[in-house]
Amino acid sequence: MLQQISGSIAVAEAVALCRPEVVPCYPITPQTHIVEHISTLVKSGQLKNCTYENVESEFASMSLCIGASAAGSRTYTATASQGLLFMMEAVYNASGLALPIVMTLGNRAIGAPINIWNDHSDAMSVRDAGWIQLFVESNQQALDVHIQAFKLAETLSLPVMVNMDGFILTHAITRVDMPTQEQVDQFLPPFIPRQKLDTEAPLSIGAMVGPDAFTEVRYLAHHKQKEALNIIEQQAAEFQGIFGRDSGGLIKSYYAEDAEIVFVAMGSVVGTMQELVEELREEGHSVGILSIRSFRPFPANAIDKALANTRHAIIFEKSFAVGMGGVLASEIHMATVANDIKISSVIGGLGGRTITKKSLRKIIESAMQDELDTEVFLDLEGTTVVRELRRQQEGQSSGPAAENILRDMGVVSASKTH
Amino acid sequence: MSNQDSNTDIPCEQQTVKFYQTGTFTVGNRLLDEGCRTVQATAERANSLDSGHRACQGCGQALGARYALDAAMRATDNKIIAANATGCLEVFTTPYPETAWSIPWVHSLFGNVAAVASGIAASLKAKGDTTTRVIAQGGDGGTTDIGFGCLSGMFDRNDDVLYICYDNGGYMNTGVQRSSATPPAARTATTMPVGDNPGSSFTTGKFLPAIAMAHEIPYVATASVHDLHDLERKVEKAMTFRGARYIQINVPCPLGWGSQPALTIKLSRMGVECGLVPLFEAENGKLTDSTKIRYRIPVEDYLKLQRRFAHVLKPQNTHQLDAIRKIAEDNIKRYNLV
Repeated sequence: MLQQISGSIAVAEAVALCRPEVVPCYPITPQTHIVEHISTLVKSGQLKNCTYENVESEFASMSLCIGASAAGSRTYTATASQGLLFMMEAVYNASGLALPIVMTLGNRAIGAPINIWNDHSDAMSVRDAGWIQLFVESNQQALDVHIQAFKLAETLSLPVMVNMDGFILTHAITRVDMPTQEQVDQFLPPFIPRQKLDTEAPLSIGAMVGPDAFTEVRYLAHHKQKEALNIIEQQAAEFQGIFGRDSGGLIKSYYAEDAEIVFVAMGSVVGTMQELVEELREEGHSVGILSIRSFRPFPANAIDKALANTRHAIIFEKSFAVGMGGVLASEIHMATVANDIKISSVIGGLGGRTITKKSLRKIIESAMQDELDTEVFLDLEGTTVVRELRRQQEGQSSGPAAENILRDMGVVSASKTH
Repeated sequence: MSNQDSNTDIPCEQQTVKFYQTGTFTVGNRLLDEGCRTVQATAERANSLDSGHRACQGCGQALGARYALDAAMRATDNKIIAANATGCLEVFTTPYPETAWSIPWVHSLFGNVAAVASGIAASLKAKGDTTTRVIAQGGDGGTTDIGFGCLSGMFDRNDDVLYICYDNGGYMNTGVQRSSATPPAARTATTMPVGDNPGSSFTTGKFLPAIAMAHEIPYVATASVHDLHDLERKVEKAMTFRGARYIQINVPCPLGWGSQPALTIKLSRMGVECGLVPLFEAENGKLTDSTKIRYRIPVEDYLKLQRRFAHVLKPQNTHQLDAIRKIAEDNIKRYNLV
């Protein structure tokens, strides 16, 4: 059924259609509307046989998920940013224990400086945590991929994190096609846990593992993620069969196989890029987009294949490893090392800065003229940075950089000068 | 366990035991009707924590856990799921691929056992399972320090979990460091007595049973491994309540306390008899009962059997001894121990 609703409500409704049994939650912007709505669905009786728990922290939230999932319940939660960091130890533990928990990450920047707006710093901070990490471009995909996430998690007995851009998707009211309960039930069978705390068949879960077996246990986690490469594609196809929509999968190419210059990106920015690329192609330019929908497992072979005819790949990321650079860029570089592709890393949209079609056009035009650097910070205010660097060189007591920069930009009134 | 084998119809609590027959304060099993004897005396005991684990000699925690879990199993017709914090109990019971647990058991992290147990309880609730019950267990560090947030949250939500804290007064698993349950003056690896300074400071620490009571949860109790009948009774009583419950068991640690393994039972009794370990019960935040000290002993008799307090007994440190005596006095008044 077509509905005009926000991304968060769409996700909450989709999660409810998946019949979760335990939903522990802790509020954090920008995911709060999701858990608020699920709370109402449980209280009103629309979502039956589900225990909703308001807990005291994200660390507790993920820990309740661990207990509930180990006890054999389909389990869901949502978080973002600082919340993800606060639950970090339990995030690793959930995947280490191979518990098929599904979590939405309403992608948001990580402080300090504190910032509630969108980028991918939170998702990238758990890139090695053993979770499957999927990215969505639109609210329809967010809805669809959550339904796939439960099936994927339970097939593999691995936790799955669905990444949707905070505000840009969570708070955007768009038209979505909400599936019926019958459709979802047809796609998603009841949860049969691979391991379960059961008084009839007692098990010990979470034993100490020493050097004798740790390597094998960790290798198996890697192996399972590699298996997921096939299963993600299979389940996306199965989903399309029932729901009639192309959502999910490992990657999505928009003219990428047939383009000299290709944007590689994850999440909602692909939408902006699509508009730009359509314009540029009409102008006769050979450009395309490769959207990475599964970041973990990383579909290196599929990416390599999709970029086989590419001359210059522009890897656009909403986060970066400080002191190293673009994470996705270096991973794309690894995936395509056999091909002779020029790779540029563009970092943009940090802390919610708007990514305009105009700025992206400038990037691609300089790539066309072979003038794009290997590392670019989109729309960086160079003069502001230089001014602060000068201040720091002039004296040891130059004060907090973030506040100095805000003052330079006139965002806060100058009450104290250095 | 029923009273069907019993020779009399007198309920266990009302049976009169003649202590002179044993010459100690131990309530000997032989003196009780069979149905009232400890769960460990029956062939039907669950052996929740089985033999072959790797606890130290004289470990109070291994003893306490075995009695507590088997009592809970008896009270629930063997329907217990246990969650365990990281710590000695977890390490000595489950060195992969072995496990000493014959009940469903899960270990996640050091600081989240209360939340993991809440999650299990939430799952049982969603499935409409009202017979299976949940126990969370951890040491004092995992309970009073790193796991405190999750524990308080579990109390706040009144989740249907019995939390058992095995309190040996420090981080013994990592090599005897101070926790917020380390008694004042005690020497640990991070609170060495230097000069006039005591080991652990007198102005720090927290008593979690009182904090649990402040949450007004249905049931709070303290117990000690010298009185295992009392421990079993409290665990079984805890299982008659729904909601969050908390039992803190005083468990001597020969390694951390610098005591002889053979003295574990004696020391746990002496801790109670000198007033430093108050035994009581509380319901909905109100004290309902406390165990009276029958023959009060001086605190120094208790302290001198533990290397961690050796400095307190030096002539120049009488101020430290006096401060410990005052703690015992305060406990006696606060919890009506005489």
